[in-house]
Amino acid sequence: MRPVLLKGGRVIDPSQDHDGIADVLIVDGRIEALGKNLSAPDGAEVYDATAKAVAPGLVDLHVHLREPGHEDAETVATGAGAAAAGGFTAVCAMPNTDPVTDNQAAVGFIVKQGTAARAARVYPVGAISLGQEGKQLAEFGGMVAAGIVAVSDDGHPVVSSHLMRTALEYARSFGIPVAEHCEDPFLSGGGVMHEGSVSTRLGLRGVPSASEEIMVARNILLAELTGGHVHLCHISTRGSVELIRQGKARGVNVTAEATPHHFALTHVACEGYDTNAKMNPPLRELADVEAVREGLKDGTLDAIATDHAPHHYESKEREFDDAPFGVVGLETALGLGVAELVAGGYLSLPELIARMSTRPADIFHLPGGTLRRGAVADVVVFDADREWVVDPARFRSKSRNTPFAGRTLRGWVERTIVGGQTVFAAERD
Amino acid sequence: MTVLSLGKDLLGLEYLTKEQIELILDTAEPFKEVSERTIKKVPTLRGKTIVNLFFEASTRTRISFEFAEKRLSADTVNVAALGSSVQKGESLVDTARNLEAMRIDMVVMRHPSSGAAKFLAERIRSNVVNGGDGMHEHPTQGLLDMLTIRDRLGKVGGLKVCICGDILHSRVARSNVWGLLKVGADVAVCGPQSLMPGGIEELGVIVFRRIEEAIEWADVLNVLRLQLERMEAGYIPSIGEYYRVFGVTLERLERAPRELLILHPGPMNRGVEIDSRVADGPHSVILHQVTNGVAIRMAVLYLLAGGKPELAEAAKGMQEAET
Repeated sequence: MRPVLLKGGRVIDPSQDHDGIADVLIVDGRIEALGKNLSAPDGAEVYDATAKAVAPGLVDLHVHLREPGHEDAETVATGAGAAAAGGFTAVCAMPNTDPVTDNQAAVGFIVKQGTAARAARVYPVGAISLGQEGKQLAEFGGMVAAGIVAVSDDGHPVVSSHLMRTALEYARSFGIPVAEHCEDPFLSGGGVMHEGSVSTRLGLRGVPSASEEIMVARNILLAELTGGHVHLCHISTRGSVELIRQGKARGVNVTAEATPHHFALTHVACEGYDTNAKMNPPLRELADVEAVREGLKDGTLDAIATDHAPHHYESKEREFDDAPFGVVGLETALGLGVAELVAGGYLSLPELIARMSTRPADIFHLPGGTLRRGAVADVVVFDADREWVVDPARFRSKSRNTPFAGRTLRGWVERTIVGGQTVFAAERD
Repeated sequence: MTVLSLGKDLLGLEYLTKEQIELILDTAEPFKEVSERTIKKVPTLRGKTIVNLFFEASTRTRISFEFAEKRLSADTVNVAALGSSVQKGESLVDTARNLEAMRIDMVVMRHPSSGAAKFLAERIRSNVVNGGDGMHEHPTQGLLDMLTIRDRLGKVGGLKVCICGDILHSRVARSNVWGLLKVGADVAVCGPQSLMPGGIEELGVIVFRRIEEAIEWADVLNVLRLQLERMEAGYIPSIGEYYRVFGVTLERLERAPRELLILHPGPMNRGVEIDSRVADGPHSVILHQVTNGVAIRMAVLYLLAGGKPELAEAAKGMQEAET
């Protein structure tokens, strides 16, 4: 493997509080050195990173890669490719595939496809319950042996508090988090967007914020009861942020993530019945967006995760009620983070990298998220000042369901390196 | 002088101006008379093809549109969701494309999903009239309600109109709210809080939680049908209790400080949301609404087809000239 020397970039590594002009040397797939005026070993590729940011590769704790079962919308290979194009070096693939990823063999298949993709690393998440039916625990032990990094019934909440309790307890033997989609399905009652003034005007069934908050509160209490690690997915309401803040203050083993769409959009995006603004949890109100941003700032929300949810165009090309939930996010996440959070004055660039790389890697115990000597060489190089306009036709993802088409973002991925290998390089223009 | 028109489609009253709403009401006036003739037909839309695309059961709205179309001499086809390709799993976009390929001029659509009319309108060149989409809007109902109020009270602006009942699930309520607000009426809604949509006040309406308060306040009550399945879904405990607490009864009306006009979009549940003695009594204009429904729909179809409002009277007259 050819060594790589990334020269003269702004090297941002929150894991060692580094933010300054430096060089990064990669040898044999690992970080060999971070420092000034490093010299290139024989045969090394020297990459001029002047005026670019160099950071540990982004880590996405929450993606849907649709394989097996919905390869028309995405495959592990296209999803991992989209991830690499978005600056991600690792993604965690949720188990709501068809069939569900709820056993060792199914996990092995995802791992195999991920390796073959030669793009971002793909870490499977196993189901909590068999078939995600919320009844019987799946075999965590077997799935851990095959490579899962967490369990989740994402897409479906674990309705039974008893099952959630036992999952949190049982997961402790393996040191893996239990990631939960927080929603009371009875309270959501077939809702298709946030319950509020916009749903009232559009005549669409609403999902009240309390539907999420009830389960956030329950899960925090169960984590407190069991000592297990609960990870709360795609937090969308100000009430949830406050509950998590209180839980953390009490020392509960709770972590949480938020999506770019929940810090960048409100329910107003559903106006005109745009099915690309239909996701679960739904887009909320301005005060919720503000609370999510504040939560990311103060660390109440540990990570930014995309909830990348590709759908074939024709499944979104229909009545709002009947369209599936979800938006793609891998290729717009960094651009939204820089444009909305950094340029918007909420986070510094190192803080954004902490939320998109260091912290998510840390809470799911993944390699990467750091440029320390000896760490895997998962690196992203990006132009933090370059603005670009979202054109879904250029996505690597198989799907185009984004509410951000035409929006100007900031932060352009130049190169993504996984284990020392370049898996994405922007076209030179 | 700006020429008023409705544009390509009628999707909801939220999207119309006061002037456009008044244009439709005014255009309906000359069309009322057509239905009173022995030969109830004018040639205004001769040669136009209209499809009535109904994905939800409807008797009176469909029949009202059909009469309006036939009295304007349009060729009409009724497509009911039952027995159509929709049952075979065809998507709305494919249905739309197929209709387009048959070179139709207009579609009147009733659909259970909010936004379906807009969805269709954006995908076909034909005019689309929303005949009710989910819980969103039922614009011709809102218009005929306003026309009926105007007939009886001489105006709509300045009146106090309260819409009563299941506001949450009602497209009639939303079209009434928008239409009435635009023409300058004071609008209130009244019903159990469990059937009141969140943030309704933000539309600019007053909310009453007791029917007695609404009756004391209002000049006009528009009483909505209570769907009986709301009980099973847990929104209200029982029909009997609903009538006792929210029913528009003669006793309650007799305590009102002034005479009220009573509207109901139908079909009525007698003894549930409305007392039979009220429905059949002197305050009720429920059948007048039905009559006006045809005239409003004629006006809408005429205007969408490009008819000049000032020529509506003359367009009618052509028939006399020809016969």
